[in-house]
Amino acid sequence: MASNTAALLAAVPIGLILFFLLLPTLIVIPMSVGTSPYIEFPPLGLTFKWYKAYFSDPDWMAATWFSLRIAVATTFTATVIGTLAAVALIRGRLPAKEYLQALTLAPLIVPHIVIAVSLYLFFAPLGLVGNFYGFVIAHSMLAVPYVVITVSAALQRFDPNLELAALNCGATRLQAFFHIVLPNIRPGVAAGAVFAFLASFDEATVAFFISGTEGKTITRKMFEDIDFNLTPVIAAVSTVLTLVSLVLMSTIEIARRRSDHDRLG
Amino acid sequence: MRAKPLAGSPFGGRPTSAQEYGPGLSLLLVAPLVLLLVGGFLYPVGKLFWGSVFVPEATFANYARILQEPLFLLVLWRTFEIAFVVTALALLLGYPVAMAMARVSGRTAMLIAACVLIPLWTSVLVRSYAWIVLLQRNGVVNNALIETGLTGTPLRLLYTQGAVIAAMTQVLLPFMILPIYSVVRNIPDDFVRAARNLGAGSLQAFFRVTLPLSLPGVTAGVLITFILSLGFYITPALVGGPGTLMMSTLIGQQTTELLDWPFAGALAAVLLAATLLLVIVFRRALALNKGFKLG
Repeated sequence: MASNTAALLAAVPIGLILFFLLLPTLIVIPMSVGTSPYIEFPPLGLTFKWYKAYFSDPDWMAATWFSLRIAVATTFTATVIGTLAAVALIRGRLPAKEYLQALTLAPLIVPHIVIAVSLYLFFAPLGLVGNFYGFVIAHSMLAVPYVVITVSAALQRFDPNLELAALNCGATRLQAFFHIVLPNIRPGVAAGAVFAFLASFDEATVAFFISGTEGKTITRKMFEDIDFNLTPVIAAVSTVLTLVSLVLMSTIEIARRRSDHDRLG
Repeated sequence: MRAKPLAGSPFGGRPTSAQEYGPGLSLLLVAPLVLLLVGGFLYPVGKLFWGSVFVPEATFANYARILQEPLFLLVLWRTFEIAFVVTALALLLGYPVAMAMARVSGRTAMLIAACVLIPLWTSVLVRSYAWIVLLQRNGVVNNALIETGLTGTPLRLLYTQGAVIAAMTQVLLPFMILPIYSVVRNIPDDFVRAARNLGAGSLQAFFRVTLPLSLPGVTAGVLITFILSLGFYITPALVGGPGTLMMSTLIGQQTTELLDWPFAGALAAVLLAATLLLVIVFRRALALNKGFKLG
């Protein structure tokens, strides 16, 4: 009885903290369907006009497509480069392996503002500000550590004897990689790819600095609109961005649970 | 167990063992990554720091300026102060959530996990926007305060240090909860039960058993939160005001508005030095490379 009361007493502050965590994500959804052209909460009425405004605004659409193209190219680049590197870092005989591992993780530790300013100064004279390729380089660099981490984790669980068996059966290294290694580490590669996509699509600090007047990502456009003209269209864009993230991340989470379950069962 | 290389050539070349990729192949596989990180990261960052000392001529004037002008020292101090407060708040709010997440099971645990992960997966921009909606003059919080009669006129909440701290704490809280949770989850219930059987009260059992055993998670969470706070750009830029200028905003201003990028480089070097110092001192706790060393 006493422990029940204690549990209930503990549940209240924890509930409040969880409310604090969730509130900013949830508040934008009702905001995005309210009729008032100003920020108003709770919203009066129900309308989809802010979504319509978003999908019919050429500036918003240009920024969205630009971000999507960058994110797809980044996903491809970072996943390929990261997977190859993870194989070498986990299974290879490499000189200075420790330093290579440290270099791989460095973009996660260095403050993004430092990276952003550096890239801006490096890209500006090369005409890479607001440029698709400039973004793909920058975002791939930021995304590649996530791929290396997830693929490395998958490789740690993979039994190298399976590859040895394939080689003994006459497969070449390349064949063994594509037929044996890759299918076995696929969940790790897929998770890395999703992380890479979101690392690029949601990235805001570097995008703020290396966007141009023409080449502008959705995050840069959002930043400007939040700073200068706070309209409910931003709530609609926010909701769309949140849904994209939630759907993608839930997919990884479900896949991860399923694969854990498979291994245990 | 890793097989010993067979008759391997000390000069590398062909693979020496089937379980291991030879040095030549390994270098080839890692080369694109090295190229990307050198070209897209090391070189640009190095160039910025080089410029802070050697452009237009070799001088430490930019660094001396940081030490001499009170404004810059104030911003540096404020950045650490905000990072410290945010980290402390995140620890205070995050620890009980991590404990609850580890102790409960089934549906409740899933529910708590969702509450922690959903914000983590929400764009920082979206959440900063939400904080503006919550805190502005006719925003949600002010309306609630007026309706409940706690205040007659709307309070100035947005563009204050309080707004920056609240928003940053919310954004960084999951980075505190998850490392603590992953450690607390693995503390066996038996330990706490044993302490209780030996006569410890629940508070005593917590402070003498659970808390010390959870320290690796706490250190990791504190370090990650503190490092991320030091370099935060988006949230302070949107919800902070002129009175809450942080290092990141200052570096951005020097680069894009004042075009004094050698000085921006010096400020960035100071910020990076502070970050790296923390990482080096607490390297074990951070264990960012656990992806490499799971086994």
